[in-house]
Amino acid sequence: MARVDQSKIRNFCIVAHIDHGKSTLADRIIEKTGLLTQREMQEQVLDNMDIERERGITIKAQTVRTVYKANDGQEYIFNLIDTPGHVDFNYEVSRSLAACDGAILVVDAAQGIEAQTLANVYLALDHNLDVFPVINKIDLPSAEPQRVIDEIEDVIGLEAQDAPLISAKNGTGIEDVLEQIVAKIPPPNGDPDAPLKALIFDSLYDSYRGVIVFCRLMDGHVSRGSRIRMMATGAVCEVVEVGTFGAGQFIPCDELSAGMVGYITASIKNVKDTAVGDTITDDENPCKEALPGYKEVHSMVYCGMYPADSAKYEDLKDALAKLQLNDASLHFEPETSIALGFGFRCGFLGLLHLEIIQERLEREYNLDLVTTAPGVIYRVYKTNGEMIELTNPSNLPDPSEIDYMEEPIVNAEIMVTTEFIGAIMQLCQERRGRHISMDYMEETRVLLKYELPLNEIIYDFFDALKSRSRGYASFDYDLKGYEKAELVKLDILINKEEVDALSFIVHKDSAYERGRKMCEKLKEEIPRHLFEIPIQAAVGGKVIARETVKAMRKDVLAKCYGGDITRKKKLLEKQKEGKKRMRQIGNVEIPQKAFMSVLKLDED
Amino acid sequence: MEEKKKLGIYIHIPFCVKKCLYCDFLSDKADRDVTDRYIEALKKEIGYTALNSIDFKGQFVVKTIFFGGGTPSLMDGEVITDILDAIRERFDVSNEAEITIECNPGTVTKQKLDQYKKAGINRLSIGLQSANDDELKLLGRIHDYRQFLETYSQAKEAGFENINIDLMSAIPGQTVDSYKETLEKITALSPKHISAYSLIIEPDTPFYEIYSDDLSHSCCDTSGINSPAGYSKWPSLPDEDSERQMYHMTKSILEEAGYHRYEISNYSLKGYECRHNISYWNGTDYLGLGVGAASYMNGIRYSNTSDIYTYMKACEKLDNIPTSEYFFDDEEDAPDDTDYLNKEGYHEAIQPLSKNERMEEFMFLGLRMMEGISKKGFKERFNTSIEDVYGDVIKKLTDQKLLEDSGDIIKLTDRGIDVSNVVLANFLL
Repeated sequence: MARVDQSKIRNFCIVAHIDHGKSTLADRIIEKTGLLTQREMQEQVLDNMDIERERGITIKAQTVRTVYKANDGQEYIFNLIDTPGHVDFNYEVSRSLAACDGAILVVDAAQGIEAQTLANVYLALDHNLDVFPVINKIDLPSAEPQRVIDEIEDVIGLEAQDAPLISAKNGTGIEDVLEQIVAKIPPPNGDPDAPLKALIFDSLYDSYRGVIVFCRLMDGHVSRGSRIRMMATGAVCEVVEVGTFGAGQFIPCDELSAGMVGYITASIKNVKDTAVGDTITDDENPCKEALPGYKEVHSMVYCGMYPADSAKYEDLKDALAKLQLNDASLHFEPETSIALGFGFRCGFLGLLHLEIIQERLEREYNLDLVTTAPGVIYRVYKTNGEMIELTNPSNLPDPSEIDYMEEPIVNAEIMVTTEFIGAIMQLCQERRGRHISMDYMEETRVLLKYELPLNEIIYDFFDALKSRSRGYASFDYDLKGYEKAELVKLDILINKEEVDALSFIVHKDSAYERGRKMCEKLKEEIPRHLFEIPIQAAVGGKVIARETVKAMRKDVLAKCYGGDITRKKKLLEKQKEGKKRMRQIGNVEIPQKAFMSVLKLDED
Repeated sequence: MEEKKKLGIYIHIPFCVKKCLYCDFLSDKADRDVTDRYIEALKKEIGYTALNSIDFKGQFVVKTIFFGGGTPSLMDGEVITDILDAIRERFDVSNEAEITIECNPGTVTKQKLDQYKKAGINRLSIGLQSANDDELKLLGRIHDYRQFLETYSQAKEAGFENINIDLMSAIPGQTVDSYKETLEKITALSPKHISAYSLIIEPDTPFYEIYSDDLSHSCCDTSGINSPAGYSKWPSLPDEDSERQMYHMTKSILEEAGYHRYEISNYSLKGYECRHNISYWNGTDYLGLGVGAASYMNGIRYSNTSDIYTYMKACEKLDNIPTSEYFFDDEEDAPDDTDYLNKEGYHEAIQPLSKNERMEEFMFLGLRMMEGISKKGFKERFNTSIEDVYGDVIKKLTDQKLLEDSGDIIKLTDRGIDVSNVVLANFLL
């Protein structure tokens, strides 16, 4: 059997700021190369999770192999690796980039360069990818292609005068892009006869085949029956099938060899054995060293997830386990809350990741969840020299045992037009940001760099940023490290009982403000009872804010007319149903949504 | 011969001069030809129902008839006479039957009332709501207090003894004093029966648009509905303290005047309790006729369609459906399925009640009556001890002083009445 000619392979990805048209361009490339007819194309083939389509973001890397007959008369294999488009998934992005040889940079002809454009293009350049720009959305009335071309050259230093001017939406200019892929993306140049060395850039759990490993072969070859080893995790297994990617399909082939992108199945039961970034080699004839860049993924954000109906605990456990088969970055362990009963403390890459998991649990597994306020991992240094990584505020040791605490800090880059600089700097100030630098990208736009505590940006920072810049600011961050901070645990007492699920860690200076808002919000959420209910916020046993839910005085049925009992019964049923969605804390019933509404303390 | 079962008949007349701003009942103004067509359809339904499904004449004796609406008193005397004749022809109506019609002041004349009386109506329920003209205007009522007094005296002249007056508290702009004045004016007339309700802001009413944001008692915006003449904006609902004061005043003033409260919102002189209304609470069978009317027959709850055109079209076709297909002798033989209700095409929400559902209703309907429910009665009806089903609930509610348990009888306490929804919801299984 003849080996695939590497000079006819192009492995590439598309990088862009969110909404600049990455997925639409991907769709057009697939369509124009004839993999699918237009009728078969479902809008945005690559984003195939409902949540991805609805939110217009790519969560999981997708890969498509397609064949293009170029103007030189030759056929080229294109492997398009679509990368996730969110800061939560930066590591996955970096591994997908490592699987490519080049990248297409898509820039919106109206908006120009944005924060993620820069972050992603630098990431691509860091991985030694050859990058060529494409100017998209030239059909927009506000498009200024030449300005954007100049901006790309000035800001990024990338040759852009011959960048294809396209409208992915209308299909204009796509041929130009395809020809440039052939001309500007370098072919792979691995050694097919060297020991196997393949990069895992994603994996997928399939209940029939086990884990399907997505990989890029750097050197060597692999086929059915090969014994392979994952160099970081040490897992060894025998290959059952190898193949390449169609659009949403797996197409088996005889062999994968150097330069190819494809998949391997080997009856692997758990995605944990196939960590993204790990190197696959031949068990008997291993390569000398693994590919660089592998790291273990750590959760950045934690929260408690509880079934709304406590009888669904086992269902939640099964669902989390199933999701974890596909998502090695999801962590969970059982925990118990006095308020919420049995549930799980779950770790996520970021808040988006958290929301996605939450939505998938609710949609795909039909679970009603109660989620506690997300928090970051704090480092608590105890007086006895011990350090604990705190993921659940309830586990904070007694203040007398604490020497000091540290919180995670991120390097944040915010790109904003000059008119909003003041508003954004003020926002960063309020969120305890440390100003690092401000650089003019062009006359009207600046790049602000800040160091911000992660716990100040995990919930509503992005929304606040958008609202204070009328949507113009863009934002990107990565973890810098841990720094000492004056942190306290804020407790909420309802009818004098501490509700563990509502406790959270907060900076000393914002405790009062947050406590006051929490109490106000809870007052709105907790229905009147037959007795008065005090709601208090306390730090270290000292009450710092208080609200009261007045006792219910009246709840009588309206006129019961014409014997319409059914309707009256429905009212009572609604009342009873409402009760079911409540959590009993002492003798107070708290609606499930109260636990979550406190996450959204209004920006004012 | 075995004694016949009691039956109540409810007749719905869905027409009004104009819809009140708080009203979410099935009613609206209508043209003469729709009204005529409706009455014809209603008579067809009466005839058809009585000939079908159940041997009404053989098994049931009609103890109460109630014309509700809408404003049934918009109907001429001949119409009501026709309807009652149609009922008497098909059903066994007891000589002592309580026959009520709802009346709105401003829609009847002495002559009409005479005809009603002659047709056999023996009880009037007059929708007054308030003795304060400003409040009446705010509610969107079509009459003032003077017109009510006129109607009331005409009714007395026509020989009606048994009269109910509907009153409402918590009306926008109402004060404790103005409500007190209403109560005093009405007790001075000494009607036999007074229904006193709190205004409830129901969805899908103009009041909901105006006041749904205002339920927290702050003042309100007009929400695009023009404020009433003489007001620059809609007055707010009485605050909670005033509302509670009105509520408790209702009881004290009415009891002072010799009325006894026999149901959460109903007061009467002894012996003048509304038997039709009580039959809803104590599980008596009742047949609802007319658009949207609800029925409870042989353990099955169902409703007529609430779409008037669907209703009329279906009734007009009834002549073509063979009658007498489904006679059955007594409840034991009643078909489990509800086929006999389906074929006419205007019944919906047909729900045979399970034993649990009947137990629930026994409790949450029975407890609306001030006399409460009897544990023995429960046992007799369900062959199960009430303790086995509701022991914990009764204990909990008694501990919370919402229920009073005096051996055989369980009833709501005053506090329990105030929050009766919370209490009654506990009895859903």
